[in-house]
Amino acid sequence: MNTPITRLFGLVVLLFAVLVFATSWWTEFGAQRLRDNPLNRRQLLEDAKVKRGRILADDGSVLARSVKAQGDTYTRIYPSNIFSHEVGYSFTTLGRAGLEESRNPALTGQGGEVDTLIDQLSGRKKAGDDVVTNLDPAAQKVALQQLAGRKGSVVAMEPSTGKVRVMASVPGFDQNQVPKHFKQLNRDTDAPLLNRSTQAGYPPGSTFKVVTATAALDSGKFNQDSTLNGDSGVEISGVPLANDGGEDFGPINMTDALTHSVNTYWAQIGEKLGKATMAKYMNLYGFDRKPPLDYPNAQKRASGEYSKRGRLLPPTSNQVDVGRMAIGQDKLAVTPLQMAEVAATIANGGVRVKPRLTSKIVDPDGRTTQRINPQDVTRVMKKSTAVQLAQMMSKVVQEGTGTAAALQGIDVAGKTGTAEIDVANNITQPWFIAFAPAKNPRIAIAATVERSQGGFGGTVAAPIAKAVMEQLLQGGSQQ
Amino acid sequence: MSARNRELFGLIPAALLLTGGFAAVFIQQQNVLSDVSLTYGAIFLGLCLAAHIFLRFTLPDADPYLFPLVALLACFGLVVIYRIDDTLAREQAQWFVVGLIAFAAVILFLRDYRVLERYRYTIAFIGLGLLVLPRLPGIGAQVNGAYLGIKIGPVTFQPAELAKICLVIFVASYLRDTRQVLVLGARRFMGLTIPPLKHFGPLLVIWGASMLMLVLIRDLGSSLMFFGGFLAMLYVATNRVSFVLVGLILFALGAWFLGSHIGHVHDRVETWLDPFRTTLYNKPGGSYQIAQSLFAQADGGLIGTGFGQALLSLPNGTPILPAAHTDLIYAVITNELGLAGACGVLLVYLLFTERGFKIATLARDSFSSLLATGLTAVLALQVFVIVGGVTKVIPLTGVTLPFVSYGGSSIVANFILLALLLQISDRARRDRAA
Repeated sequence: MNTPITRLFGLVVLLFAVLVFATSWWTEFGAQRLRDNPLNRRQLLEDAKVKRGRILADDGSVLARSVKAQGDTYTRIYPSNIFSHEVGYSFTTLGRAGLEESRNPALTGQGGEVDTLIDQLSGRKKAGDDVVTNLDPAAQKVALQQLAGRKGSVVAMEPSTGKVRVMASVPGFDQNQVPKHFKQLNRDTDAPLLNRSTQAGYPPGSTFKVVTATAALDSGKFNQDSTLNGDSGVEISGVPLANDGGEDFGPINMTDALTHSVNTYWAQIGEKLGKATMAKYMNLYGFDRKPPLDYPNAQKRASGEYSKRGRLLPPTSNQVDVGRMAIGQDKLAVTPLQMAEVAATIANGGVRVKPRLTSKIVDPDGRTTQRINPQDVTRVMKKSTAVQLAQMMSKVVQEGTGTAAALQGIDVAGKTGTAEIDVANNITQPWFIAFAPAKNPRIAIAATVERSQGGFGGTVAAPIAKAVMEQLLQGGSQQ
Repeated sequence: MSARNRELFGLIPAALLLTGGFAAVFIQQQNVLSDVSLTYGAIFLGLCLAAHIFLRFTLPDADPYLFPLVALLACFGLVVIYRIDDTLAREQAQWFVVGLIAFAAVILFLRDYRVLERYRYTIAFIGLGLLVLPRLPGIGAQVNGAYLGIKIGPVTFQPAELAKICLVIFVASYLRDTRQVLVLGARRFMGLTIPPLKHFGPLLVIWGASMLMLVLIRDLGSSLMFFGGFLAMLYVATNRVSFVLVGLILFALGAWFLGSHIGHVHDRVETWLDPFRTTLYNKPGGSYQIAQSLFAQADGGLIGTGFGQALLSLPNGTPILPAAHTDLIYAVITNELGLAGACGVLLVYLLFTERGFKIATLARDSFSSLLATGLTAVLALQVFVIVGGVTKVIPLTGVTLPFVSYGGSSIVANFILLALLLQISDRARRDRAA
């Protein structure tokens, strides 16, 4: 009877091998899919047991902290709601948004393996690290005051470091109310949960002419003195194009064409450059993909041309009218963050720096565990091109459409934009992008207002940008 | 070195595991655990030593590895249960005492286990009776649609655990008598060996009993365990794969038929095939348990989250892992000790199986050999049924992980199983030496 017994043992070994295989499948190879399963709330429940780190503003004020709740869990309190979109929220029942999501590993203390092991052995409870942001509450308050309840966004960042100082989006929301009123907030037609700075796609209007000017100058095909016909009625893609108010400028050079925002001039430049050159510079600026901000991907949107069905089109697509795209019309939909990056890149001598909300991670004992250092993304244009653009944009504020942004004693370089949303009802999207001081920029900004009743970039958006820049550049000394 | 000295050394890993495990859990949960419960760990170790000394006097020649392996499993189970709930661990330690008393009683009072052959029909009848008990009104208890337990006053008891031993004894003695005729009287038909109808009858009876179990206790896992154990013994008795194949086909047909006609069994199969379907997940007694089992294992990874780290309950105190201390104890082990720990546990069972089959090959008479085979196979199958259920290899059913899961009847029954195996081993090895 011994042979069958041996074979029987072989069968048992085989059966156990199946068990080992199944266990390794669930613990290793198929584990990620199980962890991502929406029914799996283990991670959220685990996280609720950890005292999350705080989120702090640049001046040390607390934007989010944890307090004891039911059992051995914690819940989130948001003492200030001026940064509701940047900070986001974190609740076991709803999940996370904003920095609460993108900095979750640090906030839950998943940083160092060694620390975790020591904590385990010593029986100490795991605690999260604090996240210190670059956000400036005083300037954010100015931005919110300036928007004065109008839907819109202001994004301000340091050109050389990429530090995001202001990222205001109106309307905001009270994060403490999210668990109770989530459905309401979600259904609200004003979309308070939408971060307009990173998620809204607006037509950029004439602010986009700065991108076209970059392509024109940096490609070497044109210079500041290149003269073209600036009259209204020039045919672009077979359809006549008008300047604002039907004005005729006659033969005009590039500097003047930017100062007075001459549509026909820039549309012709766009056509002459062609889609490939435009696409190249748009790409260098970061269009056509999500910006590299330390913010959840789900809450970021790529800027660029969008088809009627809402699909992102490459600028080289045959559905694109390159002349009208060059003046910020056509099917362009851009985020305020992207336009702030355009201004910051020129301000930084043509080098695009990664925008970042976070400054550093600090552990519960007060030691800085991680510094988020400036990171160059790419050189967009030659330094000389950036200098020429800065000169041209200074003139816009000195004597062109952007005079309302002029600051006492500080040279501001900027560009206005007024996109037509609804011609019949005179609804517009006013824009202003700028940086200051023009010679040695310390701040770059983009401001826009949604569905303005006949407002212009120069009259509606420029004053907002001016006030925020004033606060950021002079606020400390004046207060 | 003598067999018993080897056994003594074999107890060292169990002692280390118990001490280390208790210390880890204790450090982890100092705030909620009292050090009184630590003394239960010490008592537990003392009991292992006492059992070892008892074996020195009663069964000096028995296999030296089986008892240390069981002690290792039991210590491991106690640590994990202690980690889940220290009151349960205390109860488990008490059940361990009862189990050891049963173990000692079997060895002392059943000096020659071969007398069991004489009572084979009585034993078979008791076995079947035990299986039917949970369906009796008043004492039967239904858990998740399966009738596995009985409840008399405060005591719940799973008769199937004892029934499996009774049925193995019966089949072993029955096959000892008929194995010759089953093979010699067989005719070959279309390449298959068909046993004579006269002797085929009892086989059909056992098949029928398994099917009846499926109908009565509505538990696919236990049926598989019983019938699988029977087929293993049949194969060893006759050395005919064809018998096993016929048996398997019969079982599969029956299981398929009943599975599609009995609501409860059908539900179990459905939840097994698609545990993440929201409707099944949210249904009471639906796929929540198996889904949570898999989620818990996914968090374990290669080396686990560490003793005492597994998330077992929601903030309001309701458990997230239903039946963590019984059905899902393997998921808790995988979560806290990872793939490595789970494989370790499986390896111990595999070593136990190896020793069990070794005893079967050493036994001088075919009843002893068949009995050892049956007892070992049933235990190995039980491990396969519950671990396979927890890891979604087969539909999840409520049998215990032998020696590890919390549960009095399981501990007592498995200690009786161990006592029988050691008795067979002692006789076989003494006969060989003589």
